[in-house]
Amino acid sequence: MHESELDKDFGRKIAENAHGEKLFGCIQCGNCSSACPLSAYMDYTPRQVIAMVRAGFKKDVLSNRTVWLCASCYNCSVECPKSIKITDVMYALKREAIENKIYPKGFSVPILTRSFFSLVKRTGRINEVWLLLDYYLRFNILSSISYLPVAVKLFFTGRINPFEKGMKGKKDVQKLLQS
Amino acid sequence: MTNQKEEIRIGFYICHCGHNIGSIVDCPAVAEYASKLPHVVVSKDYKYMCSDPGQELIQKDIREQGLNRIVVASCSPLLHEPTFRGATAKAGLNEFYFQMVNIRENVSWVHEDKDLSLIKAKDLVRAAIHRVAYHKALEKKKVPVNPDVLIVGGGIAGISASLTMANAGKKVYLVEKDATIGGYMAKFDKTFPTLDCAACILTPKMSSVLKHPNITLWTWSEVSEVSGFVGNYKVKVTKKPRYIKEELCVGCLACVEQCTFKEGKFPDEFNFGLSKRKPVYMPFPQATPQVVVVDDKTCLHFKTGKCPQTCMKACDRNAFDFNQKPEVVEINVGTVILTTGFKPFEAKRATNYGYGKYPNVFTSLEVERLVNASGPTEGHVLLRDGKTHPKSIGIIHCVGSRDDKTNKWCSKVCCMYSLKLAHLLKEHSGAEIYNFYIDMRTPGKGYEEFYDKLLNEGVQFIRGRVSEVNDWATTPDEKGKLIIRAEDTLIGRVRRIPVDMVVLSVGLEPAEDAQDVRKMFNISCSNEGFFLERHPKLAPVSTFTDGIFIAGACQGPKDIPDSVAQAGAAAAEALALIDSGHVELEPNTACIIEDRCCGCQVCINMCPYKAITFDPDKKKSSVNEALCKGCGTCVASCGSNAIFQNLFEDEEIMSELNGLLIE
Amino acid sequence: MEYLYYPGCSLKSSGRAFEESLLAVFKSLNIPLKEIEDWNCCGATSYMSINECNAISLIARNLAIAEKMGGTDLMAPCAACFMGLTKTKNYVETNPKIRENVTADLKKIGFEFENKINVRHPLDILVNDIGTDKIKSQVKTNLKDLKVVSYYGCQLVRPFSPFDDQRDPQTMDQIVKALGAQAIDWPLKTRCCSGTMTSTLSDIGTRMNFLLLKEAKERGADMIITACPLCQFNLECFQGKISSKFGEDVKIPVYYFTQLMGLAFGLPKKEIGLHRMLSPLYSVTN
Repeated sequence: MHESELDKDFGRKIAENAHGEKLFGCIQCGNCSSACPLSAYMDYTPRQVIAMVRAGFKKDVLSNRTVWLCASCYNCSVECPKSIKITDVMYALKREAIENKIYPKGFSVPILTRSFFSLVKRTGRINEVWLLLDYYLRFNILSSISYLPVAVKLFFTGRINPFEKGMKGKKDVQKLLQS
Repeated sequence: MTNQKEEIRIGFYICHCGHNIGSIVDCPAVAEYASKLPHVVVSKDYKYMCSDPGQELIQKDIREQGLNRIVVASCSPLLHEPTFRGATAKAGLNEFYFQMVNIRENVSWVHEDKDLSLIKAKDLVRAAIHRVAYHKALEKKKVPVNPDVLIVGGGIAGISASLTMANAGKKVYLVEKDATIGGYMAKFDKTFPTLDCAACILTPKMSSVLKHPNITLWTWSEVSEVSGFVGNYKVKVTKKPRYIKEELCVGCLACVEQCTFKEGKFPDEFNFGLSKRKPVYMPFPQATPQVVVVDDKTCLHFKTGKCPQTCMKACDRNAFDFNQKPEVVEINVGTVILTTGFKPFEAKRATNYGYGKYPNVFTSLEVERLVNASGPTEGHVLLRDGKTHPKSIGIIHCVGSRDDKTNKWCSKVCCMYSLKLAHLLKEHSGAEIYNFYIDMRTPGKGYEEFYDKLLNEGVQFIRGRVSEVNDWATTPDEKGKLIIRAEDTLIGRVRRIPVDMVVLSVGLEPAEDAQDVRKMFNISCSNEGFFLERHPKLAPVSTFTDGIFIAGACQGPKDIPDSVAQAGAAAAEALALIDSGHVELEPNTACIIEDRCCGCQVCINMCPYKAITFDPDKKKSSVNEALCKGCGTCVASCGSNAIFQNLFEDEEIMSELNGLLIE
Repeated sequence: MEYLYYPGCSLKSSGRAFEESLLAVFKSLNIPLKEIEDWNCCGATSYMSINECNAISLIARNLAIAEKMGGTDLMAPCAACFMGLTKTKNYVETNPKIRENVTADLKKIGFEFENKINVRHPLDILVNDIGTDKIKSQVKTNLKDLKVVSYYGCQLVRPFSPFDDQRDPQTMDQIVKALGAQAIDWPLKTRCCSGTMTSTLSDIGTRMNFLLLKEAKERGADMIITACPLCQFNLECFQGKISSKFGEDVKIPVYYFTQLMGLAFGLPKKEIGLHRMLSPLYSVTN
């Protein structure tokens, strides 16, 4: 690994983006990884992600699926002894990944994020039917088959309605999201 | 310029301080400028004014040029004002005819622009030269120092300091609020890194304290009032009632045996509640003094008045006295050494570790008692049920330390004692031991080698801060255990370790009553609440209050060797003060002009050092020069313009301001 | 006092039972509620991954609407909405740059946003404003043999916890006790349900919910109650799949805490949305 392959400004940029100035005070204790319910499934633990961000391992962090496994449960941020807003750092990394278009190809989580984004932008609210439909179409329509029995039950108990009435001020929301 | 009869002849010297000043301030230019100022007869620049040749320069000019005022522009007065005053005095001129200008900390060390720095240096010099013309000759006052010393707190630091002072022939009053001296060290089993038995090395010292002819030991006592000043402190000590005549009790324990309570019922403080005691008890088998104490909060006689008092009847020495009242004694001492120790972090505050929720979560101090052969389980490592031997134990470091939510600091000793407990637990129980740490801090003599020993003893070390301890089992072998989930950061994987017992390595905090104690002795504390030393590097055992010294954990978390070292240092400082025979007081004190004083007493309320007293007969206030620190508050507050301060009289201040602002 | 009410997207669809039972319970306790006009999506956890400034403005619009309606307290039952609103308030208050951007954005669509309104959760209102005594007084059904495990989830108490302890919250348990049922303590009160991962990464999502369901059953619970529509959905809707995948029967009723309240108050099943549940039904006649 050569120093020239690193982005030395990455740490500062993410810290600024994420209200995460305190991330430079990280003592690498691993409390975040211990508190994270998803760390066992991640390729890099949250602690490793912070170390990599600080050192400038931009490509490694963004092209890995690890940050997309963050469920924003905030346990890491609450338990961190150095008060680092780790969840916000994860969000900043997701935003950075989207902006730079570096993320694991065909990975489900950013695809759902994209579906969410386009639906909110268009209608101002989330209708679960359209959200999931959009997602499965983009991701893999065949994988929606296992979902169908649940979807049917939900439909018959009135819990999903594709023709739910939406909001009136859609244009306002769109204006808001323009900047 | 001044209405004094004599001709003012000022000698001005500016120091280059090597590159420190010289690289930013053009010293020759300042000397040239100063030579043209009023009353300046000599104006020189030199590389190192504080050196011998530098001081010689001043002295020679005083003698040969008849100088009667000296101004030196160099570093901070805190550093060299005494040096230059001394040089002035040696040449036969009153040292208070000297004024210092700080062009290092105030100019060259804080500015980069050379032109602007030169202007600022000239301004400051001009101000000093205008001021010094108004200086008067003053004399330092000498006050005798009482050779007796008060030491507050009977832990290892207090015990060490007492023995040193007593061996030097001084009379020592050792006041301890517990019923016995020994402090926390008496509760430890073995000490790191040598694994010396704590009691074996401590009890001989405790015994020496008791036997020493120069030490007056008052246990079960607290300091209740302090007044006075360095060399002359008046202290009131309140001796709490033990309900036992100390001089008669021989520690036979017959009373304890015969107590109305057949068995211990109340949590035994020495064993952190792991065992029970009766209302009449001996704090621990080697308690010094070897005298029992009656706890009036739990004793049946005090609570109901209807006790057969079998304890008293069992005593064939007639040592009981249920009518004892608190006794206040007043002592006079010249110096005080505070060795009041620390308080361990309350483990229940770390709610994620389940202390108090899960019975088999212990604190490190509870474990010290468990592994101790004279402890509640006679050295057997047992769970809370008192029967089960744990097969696996997890030790969690940094509980209540290095944490924004509890205490930011590192408590210094926990890594070492956690290693020690790991060794003792393994030795006594053969259990699987896991230490969960963030960093392994082993800075002392033999400490890293101790860590190495532990690594080779089969104790498992996992570098990862634990976020939670709970009883959630995800596999059959986790059932019934406490689960510690941590990232093994050195391997990079999250692990779940099921253990039978969890030990929390709690950190050190300031003692419960630290704030009350320090306010009584008028010393400062740091942000964290530990007593503040005068200088973190160069004066670790002195405080900003002359004559009051600190040693041991009350100054900050530390281990036994450092506590003993500090105790020796504090004793040395106290001895230096005492043996010099007297204290010299700075004359920049406030003075009340009696004729002008109207007796309003506003100044008395303003004084932070309680240095002003009111004479009800004369109806006038007066300043105790020995207590006055020269802060100037009373001077400013006096509505009758009756107070002036030496070295800061109106004309001195105004001329300095004038000098600064003209041009 | 009238509370303004922000339902959020889920409460109108998959979380309908939450809204129904919430409105029914609040009605029987005589707590006036008013839904805010033309609210928009709060962005949940997703919008923050796209653009922080926009995400905050998106949420803030709802605060601005409530402010314009003249209210003092805005209630958000969905945990994600509640967290988003609280977080927005905090960031606007403490970060001048965000405050500037949000105020400017909202001005563009006609709102003078002052960030004055309080954000509340129904648990907070019920326990702290109304009080457990009043709740007790409405109980008509004997639930003393019912063992209930309270599942708070993450966003209700993290990162901000204005009304309960972050590590060991008690408000839902207090309601359970006030209703006369047994509140079972367990260590997974606030452990994440994986959020949307039951859809995107179902291996992980189903496992995380399996662990929660299994432990609840281990502790002897008859029922799990929640306060978040996504948690409820995750715990409830895949029980069959999870049971067969992990070879253990983890079927258990998973209701909203307001539904339990409705059951205790003796409100009709349809009014509290019990007919919409996919998990096994708990019958008070048992």
